[in-house]
Amino acid sequence: MDETKKQDQTSTHKIGIYLWIWGLLFVLSFCSYMVDWFQFQGLLRWSLILIFMFLKAALIMMFFMHLFWERHAIVNVLLWPMTAIACFVGLMVAEGKYTLFSRLFYFFVGGQ
Amino acid sequence: MADPKIEGYEFKPGYKGMARDTSSDQTMFKGVHWGKAMMWIFLLSDTFIFSCFLISYMKGRGSTTVEWPNPSEVFALNVGGVPVPLLLIAIMTFVLITSSGTMALAVKYGYERNRKMCGWLILATALGGLTFVGMQAFEWSKLIHEGVRPWTNPFGAPQFGSFFFMITGFHGTHVSIGVIFLSIYAYKTLAGHYDTGKRGWFTSMKGNYVEIEILGLYWHFVDLVWVFIFAFFYLW
Repeated sequence: MDETKKQDQTSTHKIGIYLWIWGLLFVLSFCSYMVDWFQFQGLLRWSLILIFMFLKAALIMMFFMHLFWERHAIVNVLLWPMTAIACFVGLMVAEGKYTLFSRLFYFFVGGQ
Repeated sequence: MADPKIEGYEFKPGYKGMARDTSSDQTMFKGVHWGKAMMWIFLLSDTFIFSCFLISYMKGRGSTTVEWPNPSEVFALNVGGVPVPLLLIAIMTFVLITSSGTMALAVKYGYERNRKMCGWLILATALGGLTFVGMQAFEWSKLIHEGVRPWTNPFGAPQFGSFFFMITGFHGTHVSIGVIFLSIYAYKTLAGHYDTGKRGWFTSMKGNYVEIEILGLYWHFVDLVWVFIFAFFYLW
């Protein structure tokens, strides 16, 4: 009884929004495949890959996972920890550069 | 999505609601199904696991002095004697997005208590996931046949194999577990367990269509992870 009452109060969204997001995801995936198809290189390739990736991720999270309609408490609890990942990426970029430098230096230059 | 009223507690939207949520007594996220809150927490921890894999891949690829294999050539598929770059991976991406779309619709029909549409769409999602895993198995066996191992490969830097098997393997495991659960919930939905309030065999709790939304969160997350793997491992 209690559960059915809860059910009746839930709002649903129109089917059109899901179909739109679905179509957009197809278009974006096609675009990112085209990045490889046309063999874009360098900064253009990397920026296009990242733009399409973040757009797709945002669409999935906001509309398919309902974060756009979700209460602020859940959204904030989910998204703030992600900044730790960004910090970790920064640390590992620096670490990777140091490892590469050490390898080049000791393998090829032959520092004693 | 659902904001049912709780005795003595009124949900407020926006940051005011967030302050009330985080400062409320006894429980946070009042009115949110516990399973949904827990699924979000689980997905957050899973995000960290996949991030660690992708970050170690970034570090490994960035610090090797041997040239990295060109994924565009490694994952090319011969169609009529002509190698088409990343063809299988592109099809896998489209299959996974299709299944994500059917899942989103299943959640919508679940909330409208449309038993048949919801159940069949979950089944379609499971079929999409199964197709994806099948194509991944084909891809793995193809690469193993060509001599790719976690410690060596004929194309370039030896780390390529270990990152490939670790990252796509972990993702494939997620998809496989998802397919198992999708099949279970397709049965539960079509058999009408949520309409009759039948108790589950494992938790012996009464089911409810909110479980379909929780299942959907997991499935969309699997799709979300693939977006990042596709971008960083296959396209970069």
